[in-house]
Amino acid sequence: MQLSRDDLLAAYRTMRTIREFESRVHAEAQAGRVPGSTHLYAGQEAVATGVCMALREGDTIASTHRGHGHCIAMGLDVGPMMAEILGKATGTCKGKGGSMHIADLEKGMLGANGIVGGGPPLVCGAALAAKTLGTGAVSVCFSGDGAVNQGTTAESLNLSMVWTLPVIFVVEDNGWGEATSAEFAVAGDIVERARGYGMPAVRVDGLSLTEVHEAAREAVGRAREGGGPSLLHVKTERFFGHFNGDVDTYRSEAWKAEQRANRDCILRFRAMATEAGLVAAEDLDSIDREVAALLDEAVRAARAAPEPDPARVLTTDVYVSYEGRL
Amino acid sequence: MPQKTFRAALNEALHQEMAADPRVVIFGEDITGGVGGDGEADAWGGAFGVSKGLLAKFGPERVLDTPISESAFVGAAAGAALMGLRPVVEIMFVDFIGVCLDQVMNQAAKFRYMFGGKARTPMVLRATFGAGARSASQHSQALYPIFTHIPGLKVVVPSNPADAKGLLIQAIRDDDPVIFLEHKMLYDTVGEVPDKPYVTPFGEARVVREGDDVTIVALGRMVGRAEEAARTLAAEGIQATILDPRTTSPLDADTILEFAEETGRVVVVDEANPRCGMAADIAALVAEEAFGALKAPILKVTPPHTPVPYAPSLEDAYLPDAARIAEAARRAARYQA
Repeated sequence: MQLSRDDLLAAYRTMRTIREFESRVHAEAQAGRVPGSTHLYAGQEAVATGVCMALREGDTIASTHRGHGHCIAMGLDVGPMMAEILGKATGTCKGKGGSMHIADLEKGMLGANGIVGGGPPLVCGAALAAKTLGTGAVSVCFSGDGAVNQGTTAESLNLSMVWTLPVIFVVEDNGWGEATSAEFAVAGDIVERARGYGMPAVRVDGLSLTEVHEAAREAVGRAREGGGPSLLHVKTERFFGHFNGDVDTYRSEAWKAEQRANRDCILRFRAMATEAGLVAAEDLDSIDREVAALLDEAVRAARAAPEPDPARVLTTDVYVSYEGRL
Repeated sequence: MPQKTFRAALNEALHQEMAADPRVVIFGEDITGGVGGDGEADAWGGAFGVSKGLLAKFGPERVLDTPISESAFVGAAAGAALMGLRPVVEIMFVDFIGVCLDQVMNQAAKFRYMFGGKARTPMVLRATFGAGARSASQHSQALYPIFTHIPGLKVVVPSNPADAKGLLIQAIRDDDPVIFLEHKMLYDTVGEVPDKPYVTPFGEARVVREGDDVTIVALGRMVGRAEEAARTLAAEGIQATILDPRTTSPLDADTILEFAEETGRVVVVDEANPRCGMAADIAALVAEEAFGALKAPILKVTPPHTPVPYAPSLEDAYLPDAARIAEAARRAARYQA
C-alpha cells in the first residue's frame, strides 16, 4: 500500500525527532548533565517509526534499553522524556526511572526495559489481555539481536503460538549485542528460528522505512484478525556505541564514516521521497527546523526543571497501598 | 461454621473471585491438566488440585493451561495485569522461581516505582512451598525471604484454611503484585471457613493465643507446631503468646513489638534457612525497637543452613518441631540476666 504524502511527512517528522532527540541526549551526556547511562537509537529510526505507524490507539509495545525511539514513535512528549533522562521531577516517570524505564501506559508504551529479553513475556500478557477483553488490540515486542538468545524470547515465541496471541516480535538486529557481534553470538538464522515454531517470519531492510512499514502492516493485520503472532527480523545499524561512553573501538572509524554517509535511514528516506516527487525537499527542511526548535525547548526546560525532592517522593510509588513500613 | 480443608478454602476463593470479576483469569502448568488428550478434561485441576472445577465454570478463555515455560507465563501475567486483567498464575513449586525470577523481581515488582507511579500490576503468583513431603532440595524450599526482600511485592504465607481463603481473596483484589505461598503439607488440614467471600487484610498479625511469659512469632506451617509447643509449655506453667504475621510484606511490626514489650522474651520460628531469613529480620526489629523491654536474648528456631534433605530421618531433623520450639521458649522464659 502506497503511503500518502501526509503519512510520509509524519514519518519523516518522527524519524527526525528521534535523531534530533538522540543527538541532544548525546550532547547533554558529553557535558555531564545526564546522571546515568543512555543507549542511543540514532541510525535505527526507520524501524520504530515504520512499525508504530502500523499501530492504532489501544495497541501496546514493549521496548528495550535502547528505547527513546520507540517512545517517540508511540507519541510520548520529548520534553518530559528529556527531563526524565536528566533526572528531573518533571520527567515522564518523575525522575524515578531514567532512560531505561521511560513508559507511558496511556499511550500503550509499556516501558523501556533494562533487562535484555524482558519484553517478550510482557507482550504475551498484554496481548492476552487484549484477546480476553476483546479490545482488538495487538502488542509489539521490540527487542534486539541480543535478546534472541535469551530463553524468554524462545519461551514467548512458543507461548504466543500456543495461545494464538496478537503479537508481533520485531527483532532489531543492529549487529551488536553490547560489544559482541551478532555474527559471533547468534547461531543459525533468526527467521528460521521463528519458522521452527510455525510462526510467519520475514527479514526486512531496516534502513527502508517503507519496507519496515509494509512488513509491519501485514503482521499487524494478521494479528488483529486472529491469525496469531509474527516475527520481523529487521537488519539495522546503530550510529553510536552501545551506551553513551562506549568509545566504540570495535568498529573502525573508516567503517563508521562510510556508514553515516551511505547507510543513514533518514538520508535514504529523503532521497527516496524527494526523487520520486512524493514530497518536496523544502517540506522536509521546514520539519527539520521545527524539530530543532522543539528540542531546543525540551532541553532548556529539562535543564531548568527541579530535581525530585527526596523528602517528598523517595518512598512513594512503590505500592498502590501498603500497610507497613517502607 | 462449615469445616473445610486448606485446599478447598483456596478453591472456593478462586471460584468466588472469578465469578465476581470477569477480569480475573488463571493460568499455569496443568492448571486444568489433560488438555490435548482424549481422556478426562480438568484431569488435575492444578498439580495439587487447587484449581479443580474452574474450567467447567469459567471456560478455557479464563482458565488457561500453559507450556512448562515459567518465564513466559509469569511475565505474561505481569503484562496482562498492566493492561487490565487480574491474573492469578500458579508456579507448581516455588523452587521453580529460579527460572523466572526476572519477571517478578525486575518487571512486576518495579513497574510502579520506575514508571513514576503510573502502573498498577494486580497479579497474584501462587506457589507451593515447604519441606515435609520428602521432595528434597529442589521442591521443598521456603523462599519467602527472597520475595520479602524485594520492594514492590507483597508476600503472603497463610497458616490455616480460614486465613488461606481470606488472604487469597485479598490478594486477588489487591492492586499490587502478590506472592501467595501455600505450604504443601497444609493442603489437607481442616478448619472452620465461612462460605461467603471475605477478605483478611495484609499487614495484620493474628494473635493465635495470649500468654504472659514468652512471645513466639511463627509463620505458615510453623504456627501449628508453635501451638503444639505452647500446649506442652502450658502444662509446665509457661504461658506463651503466639503471633502469626500472615504476611511478611507488609509485616505487622506494631503487633510484634507490642507483645515483645509485654513479655520481654521473644522466640521467632521460621521454616526458611537462617541467613537473611524472617527470623533474623524479626529478631533485628525487636532488638532495635524493643531493646529496653527485653529480659532475654531473642532466640531463633530455624532449619540449619543446608538444602532440604530427602531421607525422612534427615528431613525430620531439618525442620523445626514442637520440641525444639518448646525448648527455645523454655530457655527464653527462664533466662536470668
